Amino acid sequence: MRLSIDPRRSAEPISFSDLLVSVATSRDVRSFEIIFNHFAPRVTAYMSRLVGDGPAADELMQETMIAVWNKAGRFDPKRGSAATWIFTIARNLRIDAYRRERRPSFDPNDPAFGPIPDLPADIAVDAAQAAERLHHAVAKLAHHERILLELAYFESKPLNAISQELGLPLGTVKSRLRRTFSKLRGALENAKGMR
Amino acid sequence: MIRHHLADDLVVSYAAGALAEGWSLVVAAHLALCPLCRRRCAIGDNIGGLLLEELAPDAPPEQSWEEVRARLAGATPPVGARDGLAASRVGVPEPVKSYVRRDAGSRKWAAFGRRAYQIPIPTADGSTRARLLRIPAGRSVPEHGHRGRELTLVLSGNLCDDPAIFRRGDILDADEALTHKPVAGVGADCICLVVTDAPLRFRSRLIRLVQPLLGI
Repeated sequence: MRLSIDPRRSAEPISFSDLLVSVATSRDVRSFEIIFNHFAPRVTAYMSRLVGDGPAADELMQETMIAVWNKAGRFDPKRGSAATWIFTIARNLRIDAYRRERRPSFDPNDPAFGPIPDLPADIAVDAAQAAERLHHAVAKLAHHERILLELAYFESKPLNAISQELGLPLGTVKSRLRRTFSKLRGALENAKGMR
Repeated sequence: MIRHHLADDLVVSYAAGALAEGWSLVVAAHLALCPLCRRRCAIGDNIGGLLLEELAPDAPPEQSWEEVRARLAGATPPVGARDGLAASRVGVPEPVKSYVRRDAGSRKWAAFGRRAYQIPIPTADGSTRARLLRIPAGRSVPEHGHRGRELTLVLSGNLCDDPAIFRRGDILDADEALTHKPVAGVGADCICLVVTDAPLRFRSRLIRLVQPLLGI
């Protein structure tokens, strides 16, 4: 079934997931080097968007990749792609370092944690398939929607900063972001009809 | 059953890493209680993964790989050390519990105006103010409008903001357009986490006088 899609895209989430799992289980440096070769330049670019090119971006990239090595055991291939998991690590380190703030997150081991209901079978899609669908949905976004995502994700700009930068009212930015998000969410959730 | 969820812009901004710490705190506390919004947030994380994957690569300095490889030997996987504190009486979820515990001096409820009690929660962002607010059963918060955004997450008891009722886990998302006078349900005190980014606009002149002292 996956043979019909572009091999470059379909191969990525599968193989990097496998490599991460082998880093977790056998502390395999060779697998880690392949992950590094692919992701280090992307993480460096991500860091540069906020701290500029240079030693700071390299240092944050190195911290991210060391954390990937250390925390590989927590990666769950069923929950998302390697790229998604590495993104969350890079994002949290960038907030700590750049804003000197924390990014509070919930704790699944907390006794007050809300229960996780089973995913209905028609929503629980394969992580690789989900990445593929999201890729197509993002490719179809209008230019102004893409810009909105980049300002939020790459430059960590909150809504009010985005509205200032684009010279648009806050309400307009908010509703654009809502529309963009629901398009992407719809691509994942309505996809069951395609199968 | 949670009925009042996070607005899409909060889900995306949280996933993007674009929210100030105070907003992140209330978002994370809602996520701790709401499986539906956790799933929405996972979609936000996936968008981040995809954008990272598609970012034009920026080659790191040549020696970076050697430097990282040299550090691997000394690196140790983190142990899952969680302190297994029992849920507190009101069921305050993480990360709020740790924030309150971090500063032992601030754990006591202090009078907040004449009708409520608060525990301020320090954050580093400089743009938001966060507090736990306890409104005694049946009492109301003085009528107020907003100069910015105000997110209220109910942790215990009920909060009635006519015509809606907010229960544990529900988010009340208020902005400049809303003037309201929320009332705690009669059965029990209402405890909520409140985050604001601008002073409130009180109708009562007396409250406006003491407002700077209250820091709200």
